[in-house]
Amino acid sequence: MQPKQSINDFVIKFANVNGTGSASANGMFAKAIFRMGIPVSPRNIFPSNIQGLPTWYEVRISRDGYLGRRGGIDMMVSVNPQSFAKDVGEVEPGGYMLYDSTKPLDLRHVRRDINYLGIPLTEMCLREYTDSRQRQLFKNVIYVGALAALLNIDFSILKDLVGEQFKGKEKLITPNIHALEMGHQYATTHFQCPLGIHLKAGEQTPKHIQEFDQILMDGNTAAALGAVYAGATVAAWYPITPSTSVVDAFEKYCRRLRIDPGTGKKNYAIVQAEDELSAMGMVIGANWNGARAFTATSGPGVSLMSEFLGLAYFAEVPAVLVDVQRAGPSTGMPTRTQQSDILAAAYASHGDTKHLLFFPATPAECFSMTVEAFDLAERLQTPVIIMSDLDLGMNEWMSPPLEFDDNYRYDRGKVFSGEDLEAMTERFGRYLDVDGDGIPYRTYPGAHPTKGAYFTRGSSRDEYAAYTEDGDVYVRNMDRLLKKFETAKSLVPEAKIKPAAEPTKDALLFFGTTASPAYEALETLEKEGIHLDTLRLRSFPFTQEVEDFIEAHDRIFVIEQNRDGQMRRLLLNETNVEANAKLISVVEYDGLPVTARKIASVIRGAMGINNVTPLVPKEKELAS
Amino acid sequence: MTYAKPAFRHPDAKTNDVGCTRRDYEGGLSTLCAGCGHDSISAAIIDACYELSIEPHRVAKLSGIGCSSKTPAYFLSGSHSFNSVHGRMPSVATGANLANRDLIYIGVSGDGDTASIGMGQFAHVMRRNLNMTYIVENNGCYGLTKGQDSATMDTDSVSKKGDINPYTPIDLVRVGIEVGATFVGRSFSGDKAQLVPLIKAAISHRGFALLDVISPCVTFNNHQGSTKSYASFREHNESMPVDFVPRREAITTSYDAGVVHEVCMHDGSVLRLQKVNEEYDIEDAQSALDAIAHHAKEERILTGLLYINRDSEELHDVLQTAGKPLNTLSQRELCPGSRFLDSINAGLR
Repeated sequence: MQPKQSINDFVIKFANVNGTGSASANGMFAKAIFRMGIPVSPRNIFPSNIQGLPTWYEVRISRDGYLGRRGGIDMMVSVNPQSFAKDVGEVEPGGYMLYDSTKPLDLRHVRRDINYLGIPLTEMCLREYTDSRQRQLFKNVIYVGALAALLNIDFSILKDLVGEQFKGKEKLITPNIHALEMGHQYATTHFQCPLGIHLKAGEQTPKHIQEFDQILMDGNTAAALGAVYAGATVAAWYPITPSTSVVDAFEKYCRRLRIDPGTGKKNYAIVQAEDELSAMGMVIGANWNGARAFTATSGPGVSLMSEFLGLAYFAEVPAVLVDVQRAGPSTGMPTRTQQSDILAAAYASHGDTKHLLFFPATPAECFSMTVEAFDLAERLQTPVIIMSDLDLGMNEWMSPPLEFDDNYRYDRGKVFSGEDLEAMTERFGRYLDVDGDGIPYRTYPGAHPTKGAYFTRGSSRDEYAAYTEDGDVYVRNMDRLLKKFETAKSLVPEAKIKPAAEPTKDALLFFGTTASPAYEALETLEKEGIHLDTLRLRSFPFTQEVEDFIEAHDRIFVIEQNRDGQMRRLLLNETNVEANAKLISVVEYDGLPVTARKIASVIRGAMGINNVTPLVPKEKELAS
Repeated sequence: MTYAKPAFRHPDAKTNDVGCTRRDYEGGLSTLCAGCGHDSISAAIIDACYELSIEPHRVAKLSGIGCSSKTPAYFLSGSHSFNSVHGRMPSVATGANLANRDLIYIGVSGDGDTASIGMGQFAHVMRRNLNMTYIVENNGCYGLTKGQDSATMDTDSVSKKGDINPYTPIDLVRVGIEVGATFVGRSFSGDKAQLVPLIKAAISHRGFALLDVISPCVTFNNHQGSTKSYASFREHNESMPVDFVPRREAITTSYDAGVVHEVCMHDGSVLRLQKVNEEYDIEDAQSALDAIAHHAKEERILTGLLYINRDSEELHDVLQTAGKPLNTLSQRELCPGSRFLDSINAGLR
């Protein structure tokens, strides 16, 4: 079979064993391509384990700037015998299989339609190194060196990256560069370099990539920086994959930026709580007392925090929560991605409760939305949940640079200061709707010697915060909370609407990490003459434009990464349009990010273009 | 409620050092049962705060859920209060304290709120040595749900329905000493002479102060056969008197008998304690645990200040937070601005 030919447009996957140091070598590979100015999107597909199990790293190179998963593998770098059989099966016909040829290939797994590139990685390391750890680590560096030759990676960039990685540990630089050279030399002497698939610097990139001087960063770090910029001073958390790096990064930046120069003391406090209940309790306590506080968690944590989220909603205390979603239910697949906490987060807690949700799609949005979340939580005196996911949070994404306007000022919301209270002649009513927007005024403890103290509680109270079981007063309060939720619609991030090239009654609706593959599928379909308007949701409650969009279309494909079409259900629940027959679920929930190919094929199928089975049976799609 | 507290204030009412009368430390009318031990504890908190000349608005009151957790409505109406969710007051108190280290934090909880649903948070707030006073109003039963046994109920104690409790009780003071509380006392709602100075000392203590206050439930747990009734507790109470002498005040009380031990508190005030025997060193955790166990074996309940560690690091010391409360920091102090972001962006290229 003719080997695959492609310049700057292919997918390469690394099959490794976790805990063997492959992550840093693979990361260096992706970063080198990024530095060459070629659009790249790397993804870790890792086990919930510390050492010894299969782990993969999938890197998509896309001259068109598509950052979502494409589907299909053009080249497999196989350094894990455990998963060899499965890995070899994933390579597309004409693709390449780079493997450790120290031992002969298992003939049961040899395919005739792919190309094998054997490099005796183990043997080379045994010959070169005496230390067992080095023998393992340098295997990874050697194959990166070989790939540099096979794929045409700028070798000087790799050398720079090694220098940056081992800054401060200079004696490690030379051996790493030597290992890179060993691999490079082996490839140039044994194979025709470059391969049919390879890289070429200086090629034209699409406009949206050119527009910015791109950065490569993960969403969790971006969210953490958002919390730093928003002035969060208290973080309370309980470790859970895939959210842990949010607080880790927050701490890293605080150590750098928040040390009081005079005393050396910290202008922040981070507490690792005993569980997620406690983490959210601390966040609520700190916000109640006038500090900006947040936590980060994933699905199981959201379940535990529900009780406190209900308290914050009802007692009207700000709180910010970054939910880095993973595959549920229960423990589910802790290291796989999903968008399956939508309903649990929107309605977290018993009773009539609703929460604001933000849906970032890029690291830049993880940053800006986290900053905004603190403003809205305080403005509306309610929790705001940032619905990130594992794919966005833990993988590195090409992103426009983070931006911050120095003229922007925090909105601390409606707070009466000691001076305000001093000047007040009327009685302070903590839950009085003074302005008619459903948002009352609050005071911080200790603000004034004789005025402004009130009783915060999760039980029913009147406008002056006094306990009540009077049904009318209770209803008045619940209705005000609903009015406040209406007010939120004018404050939350608006949806992004993009009309098709030609007028159409069909549309795609998506949010978060589904955006990248959805936009790609859209372009593919457009070339085929299928036109769809798009709406990217960025927040809940849904704004008027979302309702108008649904109203204006006959058929809207709602793409999401969960089994039950949770966003579709939320749209049906929370909009005032007749949408049951219009909203068609397109779901993917195997724990890997949905691919553009799948989305495109489902839409084609639904349009009757070709006979492709939708991802879910038809009758289920249309069920409400 | 059909009546309200009169607004009248006696013109000659005594004022304390901050110009407040005792009335300024009161709260709303209690809705608890007549004779409830909890009301005596509220009164003791009022006395303690008045006598310590604390400005009411510098106190934050926190509680969980249950009869005990309602009581912050009945004292210090000039203070902010947070009646949180069942068993979760410690975490709310922790967050509040992190945000503003300058306020005085008084938490009120019950035996259900602390020893059952809140056992996890209770243990962890103590091991973090949060600077707060944590009062457990301990009656051995659940009042609002009509008298079920709680986890502090003694083995073989008889419930009002006649059931004998088969389970081992959780002794809060022993748990407190074991997991890191740095001030541990036990008292009795009916012993104001001991309770008021203990609360004053607890508030003056820098670190976590636990007060386990036996507070009989007159409705569900005050009958013959209950070990948490007024009669039973009075019979078994081995009380160690406590006298709290604020800073700069002359010591006037004198003890007639027993061993008097003086403890100088962090803020300069002095605690005078009468101990049950000379061997017992209240600054030694093991000695305190031994004394409590020894008395329990003889069916005596030791009350008073049981353990104190005066030189501990409270949570802010451990975390090395700045002296200026975090909730007073401005955007200028907290936000790094766009130039730092440029350097972040540069590092990600």
